[in-house]
Amino acid sequence: MSVLGSSIKRREDPALITGKGKYTDDFSAPGMLHAVMVRSPFGHARVKAIDIAAAAGAPGVAAVYTAANITASGTPGVIPTAWLLPNLKTPAHTLLATDRVRYVGHPVAVLLAESRAAATDAAALVKVDYEPLPAVVDPKAAVAEGAPLLYDEAPGNIAFDWELGDKAATDAAFSGAAKTATLTFRNNRTLPHAIEPRAALAAWDSENGKLTLTMTSQNPHVHRLLMTIASLGLPEHKIRVIAPEVGGGFGSKIHHYADEAIAAWCSIQIKRPVKWTATRTESNLTDAHGRDHWSTAGIAIDGDGKIVGLRIETHAAMGAYLSTFAPAVPTYLYGTLFSGQYDIPAIHVHVIGTFTNTAPVDALRGAGRPEATFAVERMMDAGAAAAGLDPAEFRRRNFIQPDAFPYQTQVALAYDSGNYPQALDKALKLADYDGLRARQAERRADPKGGKLLGIGLSSYIEACGIAPSAVVGSLGAQAGLWESAKVRVHPSGSVTVYSGSCAHGQGHETTFSQIVSDRLGIDMDQIDIVQGDTEEVQFGMGTYGSRSAAVGGSAIVKSLDKIIAKGKKIAAHLLEASVDDIEFENGEFKVKGSPGQAKAWGEVVLNAYLAHNLPEDLEPGLEETSFYDPANFTYPFGTHVAIVEIDPETGEIEILRYVAVDDCGNQINPMIVEGQIHGGIAHGLGQALWEEARYDESGQLTSGTLLDYALPRAHHLVTYELEHTVTPCPHNPLGVKGIGEAGAIASPAAVANAVCDALKPFGVDHVDMPFTPEKIWRTLQGRGS
Amino acid sequence: MGITISVEVNGTTYEREVEPRTLLVHFLREELRLTGTNVGCETSLCGACTVHLDGLAVKSCTQLAVQADGAKITTIEGLADNGSLHPMQQAFWDEHGLQCGYCTPGMIMAATKLVEDNPDASEDDIRHGLKGNLCRCTGYQNIVKAVASAAKAGGAR
Ligand code: FES
Ligand code: FES
Repeated sequence: MSVLGSSIKRREDPALITGKGKYTDDFSAPGMLHAVMVRSPFGHARVKAIDIAAAAGAPGVAAVYTAANITASGTPGVIPTAWLLPNLKTPAHTLLATDRVRYVGHPVAVLLAESRAAATDAAALVKVDYEPLPAVVDPKAAVAEGAPLLYDEAPGNIAFDWELGDKAATDAAFSGAAKTATLTFRNNRTLPHAIEPRAALAAWDSENGKLTLTMTSQNPHVHRLLMTIASLGLPEHKIRVIAPEVGGGFGSKIHHYADEAIAAWCSIQIKRPVKWTATRTESNLTDAHGRDHWSTAGIAIDGDGKIVGLRIETHAAMGAYLSTFAPAVPTYLYGTLFSGQYDIPAIHVHVIGTFTNTAPVDALRGAGRPEATFAVERMMDAGAAAAGLDPAEFRRRNFIQPDAFPYQTQVALAYDSGNYPQALDKALKLADYDGLRARQAERRADPKGGKLLGIGLSSYIEACGIAPSAVVGSLGAQAGLWESAKVRVHPSGSVTVYSGSCAHGQGHETTFSQIVSDRLGIDMDQIDIVQGDTEEVQFGMGTYGSRSAAVGGSAIVKSLDKIIAKGKKIAAHLLEASVDDIEFENGEFKVKGSPGQAKAWGEVVLNAYLAHNLPEDLEPGLEETSFYDPANFTYPFGTHVAIVEIDPETGEIEILRYVAVDDCGNQINPMIVEGQIHGGIAHGLGQALWEEARYDESGQLTSGTLLDYALPRAHHLVTYELEHTVTPCPHNPLGVKGIGEAGAIASPAAVANAVCDALKPFGVDHVDMPFTPEKIWRTLQGRGS
Repeated sequence: MGITISVEVNGTTYEREVEPRTLLVHFLREELRLTGTNVGCETSLCGACTVHLDGLAVKSCTQLAVQADGAKITTIEGLADNGSLHPMQQAFWDEHGLQCGYCTPGMIMAATKLVEDNPDASEDDIRHGLKGNLCRCTGYQNIVKAVASAAKAGGAR
C-alpha cells in the first residue's frame, strides 16, 4: 500500500503525549523579566493621565513603560493592516494606547518585574485617569445616526463599504421572480479560544543587535516582516521568530497583536529577556474574535424552483482597530462564496465594515466562509419553503452540474471541479433522509408528538489555498500567498525539508514526510521536516486557510521534482544513457526497457556530493528550493446533515446525529483528515448551540470567561458519522484541496437549518444562533403548532 | 515569608520554599521545570493542568503548592514506565486523540483516573467523565475512542 493515502500514526505525538513538547511558555532565559500589561477596563475612554510612580517603586519591578517611552525610543510602534480595500479607513493603531482607549483590554502600560506575581501586583498600582466615553458595540448600531464615534476620520464608524456582483441584474431578477423570500439574521461573535493562551519570550542580544522572539505564531515570517516594516523597525535579518509547539490557533495566532511586539521592544529597551504570557481572560479580551455580522438576505426563484437571484446586505464588525487580515474576511473571503454550490445567474453582495468598541474581528476557523455558507444555506431553506419544495430537492434542482466545470460564478471565483449531487446523495443515504422525514411526519401528525425532530442540510463550498498571488495582490493583499519548500538531500541519502508552512496541530511532520517518502521511495525515518523558525526556513507564509497540504505540500513536490530531475542527469551520466531514457521509481533510477540497468538513490546522491564524476555543467550537491504559487483556489465541498430533537417544554436541544460527507480531493492521511473534520464540526456546533462573545452597551465583554462562555465539552457532542467523495483538485500536483476548516464552515448552517426545521410547524422561520434553551423556549411561547 | 514544603513528584522528593500564594501548577512548571503540565485558564475550567495527587486527578491550578505539602504527585512526565508508554498514552497516539497536544497531558491524566475508577466505562461515561477537560482541536471523538480502547486494553495499569 502506498504511503500516500495511508493513516500513518503521527510522528509528532511521542513528545506530546509524554509532556516533552515545548510550547512558548515552557521556555525561559537566564535573567528573564516578566511583562504584565495594564489594560483598559473601559470600552471607550479618553486617557487623561497615567501615573506610574507607585508601580515603578514596587518590589521586584524593573520598569514601567507607557506609549510615551516607545515614542521616545524612536521605534515606529505601529501595527499595520495587511489587507487594503478601496477607500479603507486605516486609523493609526499603536502598540500602547496614547490618548484614547477603544476596547476593554486595550493596553496602556507595561510592567516588567522579576516574577509574574510581582508584575501583576504592581500593575494594580498604575493609576490611569480615564474619562469614560459612550461606546458602541454592535456593527449595525455603529452606523446609526448619532452613534458614538471611534475615529474622527471614519464618519459613521464605517471602515469600508464594499460591493460584489451585479446589483442591477439582481434587482431585475427579484422584480421578475415568481417567488422571493427574505431573512434577517445574525452571525454571532465567537472567541477563538485556543487552549494555549498567546505568549512570547523576547531575547535581545545587544552585542549583535539581534532579537530572538519565541512566540505563539501560525506564521513566523509574516510576524517578522510586519515587525520589521511597522512595529519594531528592526531589519528583518536582525529578528529571529521561532514558533515552537503551538497549542492551537484557529486563525487567532496569525495576526500581529501589540503584546508580542511590546515584549520585544521591552527586551531591547532593558537589555534582558522578557516573557509575556496572556492569562485566559487577557486572551479572550484581546485575541481577534470571529464573525459578528448582521445581515438581511433575499432569494428569488422562478416557477420551476430555480434560483434567479440572491442578494445580501451585511454589517460586519471590525472591532476597535483593523487587525492584520481583517478587511479581507467579510469581503473577499465572504462575498466570493455566495454562489455556494449553485448555479445562480444574478448575485449581489454589499458589506459595510464598521468600527466597534470591542476586540478586533479577524480570521477565525473558516474566516468569512462559515458566515457566507450560513447565509447561503439558510437562504436555500427559505427558498425551498417559498417554492414549496423539500430542502434536498430544492438544492438538487439548483446545483452546478458535474459536467459544468470549470464554472464561473457571478462573484469572481471560477470553480475548478466538483460533484455536488454525488455528495448530497451520499449524505442523504447515510442519514436515511427519507426515513427521517417519514418519522418527522409521524411525530408531527401525532397530537402527543413530544419532542420536535429537526433535519438540517448544509451543502457547503469552501475556497482555500487563496491564490494566485497576482490576483490576491490586485484585491488588496499586502503579501503574496504562495508557499516555499527547500528539500535538502544529505550525502548519505536522508532528507531534511524546510517548509514555510507552520503546523499547530495539523500534523505536517507526518503528512509532509509521507509526500517525500512516496516521491523518493525512502523510509519515513530518513526524513525530517523543519518549520516554524525564520532562521532555518527560507521565507514562508505559514498555516491558515486550509492551505498547508495544497500550497505547502505542492511546494515540497515541486522541489522533489527538481531533485529527481537532477538525479536523473547524474544517473544518466553514470549509466551512459540518455536523460530522457531514465525513469525514477521506488528509489531507483532506471534505464527504460533495460532491466538491470539502474542506479540506487543512495549511489546517485553520493555521486552528487562526491562530484568526481558528474556531467559537465552540473553543480555538485543535491538541494532544491521552490516557491509554489497556485494557479487557483481549491474548492473543497460536501453536504452535512444535522439531526436534532427539541424539547418544547424546556427549549433544550439534543443533537441526535451528525452526518458529514466531505470532498477534499485526494487524502494524504485519512486519519488526519478525519481528525480535522471532527474538530471543525465541533467548532461550528459550538457556535451554533452555545458560544457567544457578548458585549454590554458600555463595551464590557460579559462572556469573557469559561463560566459564561460555553465552549463545547465531550458530553455535549456526539460521534460524527463521516464519509467522503474524492474529486481531485485538477491544478495542483497532489490533487488535494484542504480540510482544516470544512467542518466549521458547514456545521453552523446544518444545525440552524435543523433547528428551524423542527420549529417550522410553529410558524417560526428563523431563530438566531446560539440556540440556547432559553431562546428556543421564548420563541415557542404563545405559539401553537 | 516563604513556606517550606516537601512533595514527592514522579518518584522524587523535593523540598522547596514557596510563596504561600504559589499555585501548584506554577510550582511544578516553574520551580521543578516540569513543563508538561499546561495552563489553559488558571480557573479550574479547562483541565489542561490535571495531575494526580494522592491518587486523585486534580486541577493543579486550583490547589496551592502549600496544600500539596507531603503529597505524592504524578505528572504527565511520570506516567510512562521506564520509557514504555502508559496504555492511555499509547491509545491517544494510536487513535489520533490529539492534534496540537496542549490539552493532552491533562486529558491523559484525567482519563487514566477515569478508567481506573470505572474500567468498563461506556462512551457516555467517558464523555461525562471528561467534561472537566476542554479540547478545541479534536472535537473529542478520537479522545473518546482512545479512552475506550485504553480501557479495553486495561488502561488503569
Ligand atoms: S489551567 Fe487549570 S483548569 Fe485550566
Ligand atoms: S489537541 Fe489541541 S486542544 Fe486538544
